[in-house]
Formats: sequence, C-alpha cells, structure tokens
Amino acid sequence: MVQPPANVELRQVGHKLPELLLTQEHHMCPGCGEPLALRGYLEAISELGLASRAIAVAGIGCYTSFSMTMDIDLVQALHGRAPSVATGVKRMRPDSIVFTIQGDGDMVNEGLQEVLHTAARGENVTCILLNNGVFGETGGHMTSTTVLGQRTKSSLDGRDAEYHGYPILIGDLIAQLQGAVYVARGSVHNAGAVARTKRMFKRAFEIQDRGGGFTFVEVLTMCPTGWFIPTLDGPEYMTETLGEVHIMGELKVDGVVRSTEELRAENLRKSAEVEQALARGGIDDHG
Amino acid sequence: MKQLMEGSEAMAEAAIAAGCRFFAGYPMTPFTELHEHFARLLPESGGVCINAESELEAVGMSWGALATGARAATGSTGQGLSLMQESFSEITLAELPLVIFNMARGQQDYFQSTRGGGHGDYRHIVLAPMDIGEAVEHTQLAFHLADTWRTPVLIYGDYLLAHVQEAVDVTPIAFPPVPAKEWAVDGSLTGTGRSRIVSPLGFDKHGRPSEGIENHLRAIIANQERIAAEEVRVETGYLDDAETVIVAFGPPGKFVRYVVAALRAEGQKIGYVRPITLWPFPYDAVADAAERADRVGVFEMCAGQMIDDVRLGVLGRAPVTFIGGISTDGSGFGVGPLLDVEHIRARILALHRGEPLPPLPHNQRQF
Ligand code: SF4
Repeated sequence: MVQPPANVELRQVGHKLPELLLTQEHHMCPGCGEPLALRGYLEAISELGLASRAIAVAGIGCYTSFSMTMDIDLVQALHGRAPSVATGVKRMRPDSIVFTIQGDGDMVNEGLQEVLHTAARGENVTCILLNNGVFGETGGHMTSTTVLGQRTKSSLDGRDAEYHGYPILIGDLIAQLQGAVYVARGSVHNAGAVARTKRMFKRAFEIQDRGGGFTFVEVLTMCPTGWFIPTLDGPEYMTETLGEVHIMGELKVDGVVRSTEELRAENLRKSAEVEQALARGGIDDHG
Repeated sequence: MKQLMEGSEAMAEAAIAAGCRFFAGYPMTPFTELHEHFARLLPESGGVCINAESELEAVGMSWGALATGARAATGSTGQGLSLMQESFSEITLAELPLVIFNMARGQQDYFQSTRGGGHGDYRHIVLAPMDIGEAVEHTQLAFHLADTWRTPVLIYGDYLLAHVQEAVDVTPIAFPPVPAKEWAVDGSLTGTGRSRIVSPLGFDKHGRPSEGIENHLRAIIANQERIAAEEVRVETGYLDDAETVIVAFGPPGKFVRYVVAALRAEGQKIGYVRPITLWPFPYDAVADAAERADRVGVFEMCAGQMIDDVRLGVLGRAPVTFIGGISTDGSGFGVGPLLDVEHIRARILALHRGEPLPPLPHNQRQF
C-alpha cells in the first residue's frame, strides 16, 4: 500500500463499505473526487430504504467503471444520452427511483439538450452531475464547465473567453426551468462538503419518491490528473477555481430559485461551522 | 375483421396489438401520421407516447423503455434515422429488441437500413412490406423477431404505406413464446448482490464472469449469422423458365409483381424476386433465379442501392441491369411518376428485348 507523505494527517470520513458497492476496488486515480460522490448517493439510497427500487442510468466517463461495481440495476447509456434513457425507464417503471450519473463532458457538452428537456418536462427522475471541469477520461481536455483561466490540454494557456468562450453554469441554467423542483450543487473537497452533498442526494431522492418532479444534484469533484496538479492540491485548487464560479449550495428549493449572493453568504456560514466542528473533533457524515 | 384504415393507423394499431407499450418520435413527413396515431392510441391502452425533443432523444427514451423489458418502438424517415444511428449500433450491441419504423422518402435508405448505418460491425433485421396488409403482419412479426433474437428490427415503409387506405385485419397474431426477459431492470435486485446491467459494452457486474468486449462482439456476430441462416424471407414468381428476372422490394415490388403477371399472360418469359427481408438478404433465391435466366433487372425508386446485394447474389451468373431511378413528387417526400404500371412495364420490356431503356419520367409539379 502506498504510504501518505509524513506531513499529511489522514482522517477517516467513512467507516465501512457502502451497502450498494460490490467491491472497494476501483480504477480511479489517487485524489479523484468521484468515488466520494459515489459513496454519497449510494449511502443516501440505502439510508432512505430505496434500494429495492433503484435503477441507475450511467453515462460515459471515468465514473463508468462504477457501472460494474455498484450493486444497482443499471442501464449503460451512450455519452450524453442518459436523461432520455432514464425517461424511458421511468415512464415504464414509475414506482422506481431512477437516476443518471454523468460527467460534465457527458451532460453539459455532448448531451446538453437531453438534460435541459428532461428538466423542462419535469420528468420525475434525478440527474447527478459529477463536475470536474475537464474530460478526465481522455486526459484533461476543456469541457463546457471549464472555468476561465483553467489550463487543460485543449486550452494550454488557460481558458480564454475571447478564444474559447464562457463556461456554462449548468445548475444555474436548470434552476431557471419550471419543471425542475430541486437543484443543488455540492462538493467533495472536505468532510463537511461530503456530508452536505449527501443530504442533497437524500432530498432529491425523497422528492422523486413522492413524485415531486425533476431533481438535479451537481457535485464538484477533484480531478488532479486532468488538472495537472499534485494529488493533494486537488481540494484547494477546486475551491479556488471551479468553486468560485460554480457556486455551491441549494440553488432551487421547492421550486424557488435562490440568488448567488444568498448562496455565497450561506457558504461562508457553513465553512465557519465546519471549522468549529473540526475544532470539536469530528463531522457527522450521516447528516 | 377487416377495417378500412390508413397505413399509419394500421401499423400503430398492429404494434399495440403486438404488445407495444412505448413509442417516442419526432414529427417528420411522411412519418408524422404514424407518430400521431401512437400518440392517440397508446395512452388508451396503458402505454406511453412521447413527443421527443429530437430523434436522438426519441431513440434514447425507447432504449430506456426496452431496458425495463417493455415492448417499445421508435421511428422517423431516413433523414431522422440518420440521427439515431449511433444508438441503433449500440442498442444492437446491448441486445435490446427495438422496433424501428422508417417511413422513408422513397427507397433511398436501403444502404442505411441494411449496411449498419452507424459505427461497428452490426446488422439488424429489416422487413420490407409491399402493402398495408403485409405491413400489419410485419409490424407484429417485428416485435416477435426482436424478442426472439434480442435484436433491433426495422420496418421499411414509405409515403404510400403511410398514407394509402386499405381494408386490413389488425387482430393479434399468435406467435410461439419468446424467451423470458431475465435481463430486464426493475430495481428489484438492487442491493441483493445480483443486480443487473444492460450494457452494450460486454461487461457484467463485479464478481461475475464477464465475457469482455471482444467475446461480446463475437457473440453478437454469431447471433447475426444464425439470424441470416434462419430468417430470410422472399417471394418469387414465374422463375421456372424466366429469361428475364426482375428484383424489387416494398410497394414498387408489388407494382413489379403486377406488371410481370400481366406480361406473363401475354406470353413473355419474365419472372420476379421480391425480397421481404432486406437483411438478411435472400441471396440464394436471387442466385437460383439468375442461374436459369439470361438477364436480371433491378427496379428501385432511387439511384440503385439494393442492386449491390443483387449482384452479390447473382455473382456473375447473368448480367445485372438497373431499370429503376430517382423519382419523387415535387416535395421530395412522396412518390414520383416512375411508380406507374406503364413506365415499369416499358422498362421491363426494354430490358427483356435488349432495347435501350426509355428516359425517366419527370414530375411536372415543383414544390
Ligand atoms: S482522470 Fe480525473 S476524473 Fe478520471 S479517475 Fe482520474 S482524477 Fe478521477
């Protein structure tokens, strides 16, 4: 086993294998944020008692390897097409809990119209976006969510608005659609964020379970490989780049859109709370 | 009981009689009416029809419905199906029983239908009804074959089949049982260690022996070889002593059949081959006909696409001549003046007598 550097203090944030995971083996890079998001939604489903009705629809990206390791009935979709596939599943199995797992390349580049129309139809499914601002699987290329200034293999000097255009803030866009009832943007850069994101998953699945309409949970995830940075710098790099543009928080609750200012203020308050909790010695990951 | 029905309505009714519970499409002439009938009829029979935002989403929605074990279909014209080809390829690899309606603009989509219009090595069954009665039968057969072989089945229709009215019987046809859909997802096995995965990629869940992509692709091809051996459908007529053999499919095939019968009555030694499955193509029937004939003519309402398969069947046994051509109405959506008994008769006779083909008729009305 690879030993962490001596100056790093390891803190265990989860204490067991999620029930809906067949193995802890995976092929993700060290420091990848996607497995943390995976744990979040798997635990949310188990803890809500929805496991025997859950069907996942997976897109194509690094996270596709979870298709084989999640103990969930699953349909493997094409790149970008998971929301329409989920629509067909849900319409034929309305009592199921149907959710997609997609990356930013999959959802916001290739399949943008799919997720927008599924949201606009108020389809009673949950779309989950793992947003790291790059095509991780192909080796770190610019996506539609790459923030200005961010270096990728196809924006070597950093994303330049004049040359490459502006990023799409997909959560904010979806929040504007009448059919979307709950839109949240979480993150996995620290234990507090992981716990908060899991609560977002729970809220979304609960809404779907009572037939509430379209729910959307975006998660900012670290991709040190695709960002060309040292593994341990991932969380900080993410909050300083992606996190400054794609603002975390619950963007739309009960059909009401919340302002960016409101979200920023809430985030400051939450990070202060996390600091205090850490000072007290721990975070409750079962929120 | 027979009822007078427009082809589009008859096909939608037949699909529902066959147990179709899901349809998604995007309007496009001459497919639109088929979609309209599904939109009206499916909810009445406990099904769902979605007016998808694009063809890409229509095929995706049907994919999802199929993965739950439901009988599901989609469709468009060839132009719309061009957009769906990526999914057709992958749905074939995912072994899902999709039924596809191509209400084509003429016969220009033969290559698209039979050559695997998308990426990869796949083929799927293509049925080409000649009239509405046969379209009703083929629609029901399509769902049966799709479930039997776990493969997409495409029905090649056109403007005529979509819009002409015929008296047809759409009561359900009894087919032998199909294999149980144990692979279908319903969420019930989530969390049991036995959850399922419906995937084109050839992977199974962790801990189960996975065939891997190479073996998966080979197994798909092996299944296609069995289909090719067992599911060829063809109609032939007057071949025993035919000097000239005409090959045509779909409604033009019905016109050719009529013209050949009339010429036979006049003593002309002419026969015909009408492929009913375009894939698998009836190579043997074509080869057999060519063996005894002096010449083979191919009549298609396009620049000539099926002629490639006819040549592969004939394999040099007789000269093969194209006697069809591009012929559309002013809009480009419908049927042109070439699809007419007099024109077809003149072209078949010219070939039979070794005379030059008459020029193609022009449609007089521009859009
Ligand atoms: S490339 Fe990025 S997203 Fe993919 S596994 Fe590595 S860190 Fe994770």
